[in-house]
Amino acid sequence: MDTIIQGKAYVLGKNIDTDQIIPAEHLVYSLSDPEEVKLYGRYALSGVPIDEAGLPEGGHPFVAEDRFESDYSIIIAGPNFGCGSSREHAPFSLQVAGVKAIVAESYARIFYRNCVDGGFVIPYETAEQLNKTVLTGDDLKIDSEKNTITNLTQDITYELNPLGDVFNIVMAGGIFEYARQNNIINS
Amino acid sequence: MTQTITQKILARASNRKFVEAGENIWLNVDVLLTHDVCGPPTFDIFREKFGPDAKVWDPGKIVVLPDHYIFTENEHAHRNIDLLREFAREQKLSNYYDVGTKRYKGVCHVALAQEGYNLPGTVLFGTDSHTCTSGAFGMFGTGIGNTDAAFILGTGKIWEKVPESMKFIFEGEMPEYLMAKDLILQILGDITTDGATYRAMEFDGPAVFSLPMEERMTLTNMAIEAGGMSGIIAADSITEAYVKERSDKPYEIFTSDPDALYHSIYRYKTEELEPVVAMPHSPDNRATVRSVQGTKITKSYIGSCTGGKLTDFVMAAKILKGNTVSVPTNIVPATVEVAQSLTTEEFDGQPIIKILKEAGCTIAPPSCAACLGGPSDTFGRSVDNDLVVSTTNRNFPGRMGSKKAGVCLASPLTAAASAITGKLTDPREFLR
Ligand code: SF4
Repeated sequence: MDTIIQGKAYVLGKNIDTDQIIPAEHLVYSLSDPEEVKLYGRYALSGVPIDEAGLPEGGHPFVAEDRFESDYSIIIAGPNFGCGSSREHAPFSLQVAGVKAIVAESYARIFYRNCVDGGFVIPYETAEQLNKTVLTGDDLKIDSEKNTITNLTQDITYELNPLGDVFNIVMAGGIFEYARQNNIINS
Repeated sequence: MTQTITQKILARASNRKFVEAGENIWLNVDVLLTHDVCGPPTFDIFREKFGPDAKVWDPGKIVVLPDHYIFTENEHAHRNIDLLREFAREQKLSNYYDVGTKRYKGVCHVALAQEGYNLPGTVLFGTDSHTCTSGAFGMFGTGIGNTDAAFILGTGKIWEKVPESMKFIFEGEMPEYLMAKDLILQILGDITTDGATYRAMEFDGPAVFSLPMEERMTLTNMAIEAGGMSGIIAADSITEAYVKERSDKPYEIFTSDPDALYHSIYRYKTEELEPVVAMPHSPDNRATVRSVQGTKITKSYIGSCTGGKLTDFVMAAKILKGNTVSVPTNIVPATVEVAQSLTTEEFDGQPIIKILKEAGCTIAPPSCAACLGGPSDTFGRSVDNDLVVSTTNRNFPGRMGSKKAGVCLASPLTAAASAITGKLTDPREFLR
């Protein structure tokens, strides 16, 4: 895993549930067939109401029509990101769409675990209400070693909460990789 | 150092004497639960990561209970059941409860209790967010995703962050017009849908310990609606009597130290509480039934892991006896055992099933049914602009089917009273 992540911001509100991240009707695609997998990227965040899609003004679909990847690779959100059902398709679809990291005030537990253990995206927490200052489209840079996020467009740096004990799982790329490296399971 | 019941159980599962809130620890899992929706993808990850010939860590500790999409013509749903069956055969899983056989049980969280898998002091993980239900037995139960479940399948281990605990004390006695659903909806209105994120919710107080196991399970079931990692109620003589009838496995009873540290403590005077409802579209959108009395509904639904247990139907029967429903009223027993007991248990000298049928209810076979919408041919699914009063646990937009419909979460007493009048109705109107 790279220690520097750079990309464009996509800003969302609070309580973004897994049905907004990937609506239930799209859970039917195969998780292994490469052609079908692309559809998870296309429909990532398609359940977010359009006026809340890409704050502050809204109206920015996360993935442009007819595309399978998003232009945005860092999601900025308020509290309780990923609440609702335990579907692992949610962090998976974000990964397929090209998301590298999420920076939210807090996460629902199962979503957080799925992000970390599946090695899909890095779920950072921050005490700052970043979704009030960052604008969709701003250029951001995350430094995983210094635990900071810099808004390059606005030239401001904020602290991220340290990942703590999950840092090593994140850096390994998921729980299986972590467990192999640490001889918790045999390779 | 003092510990909560949750700390003590997690310490036991990690072979330690003491664990601190906030630390990540590795646990030895006692039971892993999965069902027809998350089982197949979990098995795929297991095969991919451990190899096509890998064996599960302990076939006796894996419980597979298909329950979600059972009575449907949907092909994807059938394919999932086939995948469960194949994996169970290949791995020799003795705790697989196949659809269409005498072994079929119904909704997983209730079946786990009835089949004796819930044991005080143990640790149970499941690929379903309502796995917290099992905490009613003085144990640790929580939901996980498919990757974590696949990891447990192969290793019997998982990491978990030891949660802080919040305590909810219900003083005094339970009035006859209240049910556990009213207590948990009361809490949800107070702390909101992320009020317990990453924490354990511990329920305490004389009103809680006066409840039968089934009602206790309604409390712990909805801990996840507040974002809780788990809900827990210490085991007492009522728990032990229930468990001993269903299991001869050993168990260990833990309780919180009197001076254990809590994130927060909430106290309720139970007699002062009122029947409440969670209006669309969030379980924390609480209102007293009185304040929304008269709101027209189009359907009533009594079922699911949280509202489809025997006690739920006994309470509904209490209201419905001698009355007729004025809107379609769908009854879905959670499990086969619940369905059978509707014919043997009586209220006021009459079998429950007879009371429900004579009142005009429609009774479906046990499964999750329309609790989460399901395929288009699912029993009880909401359509168009339905406003359903329901004993289920979630009322997000589209949860019971139609995206335009609304769901009002309420106790079986309130759902039954409202079924009679066709409007949201305080059950006290019928208990006088
Ligand atoms: S009854 Fe509803 S809440 Fe319970 S397990 Fe089934 S779908 Fe989930």
